[in-house]
Formats: sequence, C-alpha cells, structure tokens
Amino acid sequence: MNTLRRGFVLGVFCAASAFCTAQLRISVPVAAGAEVTLQAPGSGNTTLYLFGPGGASKRSVQRGAIKLSSDELKTAGHYTAILDGSSTSFFVIAASLDNVSFLAHPSRVPTNTGSAVTGTAFLFDRFHNLVLTPTPVSFRLALEETSGEERRVTSRDGVAWVQLNSGRRSGPARFTASSGDLEVRRVVQQVAADPCSIRMKAGHAPDGNILVETDPIRDCSGNAVPDGTIVTFTSVDEAGRSTVDARIKRGFARAELPPSHSATLTVAAGVVLGNEIHWGGGER
Amino acid sequence: MNKILPVLLIVLAMVLVAASTIHSSTLTPAATPQSAVDSLLNHVKMRDAPAAYRYVAKAGNTSPEDFARDVFGQDSNLRTYSALQQFNTKVLHEDDQQAVVRASLEWASAVGAVYDTRDLKVVREDNSWKVLWPVQPRAKVPPQVIPVNYLRWDIVTRGADDDWGAQNVDAPRVRIISMNPVEHDGNFILLGEIENEDTVPGFVSVEATLIGKDGQPFAQEESFDKISHVLLPKEISPFRIDFPNVSRSRIQSVHMQPNAMLVPASTDPVMGVIHQALQKDARGHLVLSGELMNQSGQTVNIPHVLATFYDNTGKVIWVSDGYVDQALVPQTPVAFSIGVRDDLAPQIHSYRVTVNQYSRDRVQ
Repeated sequence: MNTLRRGFVLGVFCAASAFCTAQLRISVPVAAGAEVTLQAPGSGNTTLYLFGPGGASKRSVQRGAIKLSSDELKTAGHYTAILDGSSTSFFVIAASLDNVSFLAHPSRVPTNTGSAVTGTAFLFDRFHNLVLTPTPVSFRLALEETSGEERRVTSRDGVAWVQLNSGRRSGPARFTASSGDLEVRRVVQQVAADPCSIRMKAGHAPDGNILVETDPIRDCSGNAVPDGTIVTFTSVDEAGRSTVDARIKRGFARAELPPSHSATLTVAAGVVLGNEIHWGGGER
Repeated sequence: MNKILPVLLIVLAMVLVAASTIHSSTLTPAATPQSAVDSLLNHVKMRDAPAAYRYVAKAGNTSPEDFARDVFGQDSNLRTYSALQQFNTKVLHEDDQQAVVRASLEWASAVGAVYDTRDLKVVREDNSWKVLWPVQPRAKVPPQVIPVNYLRWDIVTRGADDDWGAQNVDAPRVRIISMNPVEHDGNFILLGEIENEDTVPGFVSVEATLIGKDGQPFAQEESFDKISHVLLPKEISPFRIDFPNVSRSRIQSVHMQPNAMLVPASTDPVMGVIHQALQKDARGHLVLSGELMNQSGQTVNIPHVLATFYDNTGKVIWVSDGYVDQALVPQTPVAFSIGVRDDLAPQIHSYRVTVNQYSRDRVQ
C-alpha cells in the first residue's frame, strides 16, 4: 500500500512536470475496453503504476511493449501510467454505443396535447460509460398502425431529448428511441381528454324511478372517455335535490333518480356540464 | 386472635365478591318520565341491553333484539364501534299519562364524538314510566342476485431488477379547482375542491402551510377526513383544512400542496343521495338532510357524508361532514343529516353532497 501511495505521489509529480512524460508513449485515442500497448524503452523488469477514474493498479511488467488489458481500461476518463519515474497521461473515451437508457414521461397523456410527451435518451457503451460523441437518435411516438410523430436529434454530452405532441387517437402509443441498431421502447397511454359534450336522455325505469342515460361520451377528438369515469346526475324537485355519481360503463353512464312529477335533471363529468332536462316538461 | 383475623378477612372477601356478582332481578321503576329516560340511557351507557330494555314501553312494539341492534349497532356500522359517553335530558311536555323528553346524546366513536338528539315519548305503563323507543324496521332485502360488473384498477409497478430508466406508472393528475380561506370561531379554515383530472383512481390529500408575515412557515395541517380520499376519474371532492386558534392577520400567504397516489380501486359501490334538502332540526338549527341509497349488492358499513355549500357566485363557502351510524344495506335508503352553520343560511345558494364509504369485507 505504501508503495502504491509512493507511486501516486510520483505520478502527481510526473503529471505536473514535462520531465517524466518524455520516455513513455501510447497510441491515442484509446477506447474503453480496448487493449493498448504502452511503449517503454529499455529491457528488464520494472513496476507499472496505472491510475484512472475506475481505480489504481500496480503490477510487474517487462520493459518494451507493455500491454494494458481491456479490464484495466473499462472506465472512460483520464489515466496516468508511471514506469521508472516516467509517466504518461492519456484519455480513454467511451466505446461504441451499446445501450440506451430511455426515460419517457408521462406514462399517460391526454390526446391532442402540445409538447406533452418528453423523452430523454442517455447513450452508454457496454461498460456504462456515457458516449459523449454526438450521435443521432430518432424518437418516434405512434399508435400501432399509424405513422405518428418522429423527430431526429443529435445527442449532446451523451444525452438526447425531445418533446412531442400527443396524438389525436387514444390508446397505448409506442414511444421509441433508436440509434443505430438499438431501439428502446416505452408505452405512453394516450387517454381521452375531458368530455367534449355530454348529452343525456331520461325515461321511466320499470320500478317507477327516472332512468337517465347519456349518449356515448367522447372527447373533442372523438375518443371514448374511459370506463370508470364519474358522471354526476342531479335531479331537483320539490322534495329536494338527488344526486347519483354514476360510472361510465362501455361508453355510457346510466343511473336511476327518484320518481318525480316535475324535476330538473342535469348531468356533469368533472367540470364539464351536459344538457338539462325538465322532467314533466321539455328540454331546455 | 391470630386465627380470628384471617377468618374475618376471608368472610369479608366472600361477602364482597357475592355482593358484586349477585344482581337484583328487578330494577327500580321510574317514578318520573325523566328518570325513565335517565335509567334507560344509564344502562345503555353501561352496555347492559336487557336492563335498559326494561325501561322500554311495550306499547312501542320494539323487540329486545331490535332495541339492542339500535343502541349497540349491527352490520359493523359506526354504532358498533361507539359507546354512549354522556347525555342530557330535558322534559319538553308532561301530563298524567305521557310526556316528551328531549335526550341529547354524545357517543364516543372510532371517528370522534357523534352527537344525537332524540325527542322521546314516555308513557305510563304498569304504574311506572316507560320510554317509547321507536326503531326503524330492519330492511329486508329480498333474495336476489345483483350483478356487479364495474371496472376495477390494478397496478403493476416497476420491478427492482428493471433498468433505472425503465418507465413507471405516474401518479394521477389532480388539481385544486377552488379554494376559499375563511375565519370562523377564532379558527382559520381553508375550504375548496379538488378534482382527479386523470383516467385512473387516486388516493388524494391536501396539505396547507401557513406562511407568516416574516416569510417563515408557522403552521401545517392536512385535510384529514374532511375529504374523499379515493377519487375516481373526474371525481371532485370538497376539502376543509382547519387551523385552530390561528388569526388571519398573522398570515402572509398560504402554500397548498395536493398529493396524489395511484392506488388499486373499484368503481363499486354506486351510492345515490336522494331528497337532499336544507331544513331546521328539532332544536331549530339548520341541517342538510336526505337519504343515502346503496345501489350495489354489498353492505357499506360506515358511510361518511361530505357536503359542499356554495354562494351565488359558485364559491365554496362551507364544507361540513358527518358519519352515518347505520350501515347501508343494498337497495335500502338510510336517512342522514349533517349540521350547517346557521349564520350561513342566507348565503347558501346551492350545495353538493358526496359520500365516502368504508366497507369491512370489500376487496379494493
């Protein structure tokens, strides 16, 4: 350990001075995971110290052509090799693109919304080094059997990102980031936006109640509002106000309100109001 | 002398044990209408249904089982988790044969104190006063099959072995659609409504932080049970956050934080709130009353009613709530009544009632 520390101090000294760098040579550029030969003049055994971002090592080597193995150079960054009081510094860059980590947000998005979907791709080599070389990345957001929207972006500092509009149709959209042969897929659920309009009709239920039922409820792009969405039916008559929070099922919402000779019936989903019916009179 | 003392102590102990275990089979007859009600309620307080029932008039045709169900609960309703804490009685009317006694009851329950006022009719029966204890007949739902095929949501989240960039499911989008700060009885109260704008259910809460004149936060509270926590898509819930003993003059600003979490949920049960109306109760106070109708096939054990009151501009001016101590059996209306601030009566233009439900056996 003391020897390693001595080597490190020597390395720092050598890195700071031009004196040491003259005798060791290395072919550049060096890619992560590549085998590299370090040229050291002379013959016989000596000790090599290697310092890099992933760690430090010390081993006995034969002077001449010294091979640095791929395992020693997996991490991209600045390295210093020290041999017999001489040193050289070199930079290991990321290897070729091997992995794309793709962050897509959000997982659900209302249809027909501008700049609502964000995708960020992080480009890595097989050793998890960020590939800093500008690399083209294609982003595509599309429902199955549609062309969707595609954007081509060049990465900067290992990251490429894009903001896309959501499509007009609801459904699970494939959101892909691809570069070369690599493609990563995420699913962005395009969901119906707020109901565009709600229309209901009223009739007599078999048990004497007022049966209210909406027409199919759709957003302004024509997508069916998802099942389970709350639709509130309200009846106001001389006995008071009655409300039922019904759930959309198979596109419709339906409820039974208490019987009345004359009542005003209204319908709403969230902050969207529907039509109003005067039970015992006409539609307003 | 050494032997007499232990023997005396043993005899005394036996006498005390016997005195504490042997009950008199007869109870003191009530000499006045008020004492009849007091005796009945005292035995309810001691959870002694048979003794309390001895003060119930036969004329009311209330069976011991119905009486016990009414005062001690059934179907895991709120009364099951309640105990009569204290009561006050007051004679409203009395003659030789009958009287009316107002009983103000305070029940300690799992959700806090529940107050109830009953005007009880007391009649002379068998040379003593007995209480007519009317009990709503137990709803008998005819045997039937009620198909429940509503949607439910399950969630699969990201696994521990997934890539760090792997997508997870987002929490639902919720939005505070209105907020109104008010001061009442020396308390600062935030009222408003929150909407689940998403297409998935969410567990929501609203947190508020009060910022003082010095720019530092000095109080933080949550909506607690003054909100419907599980909101289905497009569902709107009122919320109310109380800051006790906080004056508005101390506040520079308020920071509101709506929180939402994606949870598995079912769209069942559907509950109707029928015949809602503002009216005066027996004490002349304004109440919002109506009936709850469980349209599903499974009993809702503890219903919780939330009412939002609006002025003529549509602004939320008050939010009140109340627990109903009866369970909601399927297809059977159950009355509810929640208090409204009397001073707000002239300002109330409209109102909206929503119902929370707690069901013991329901799988979310």
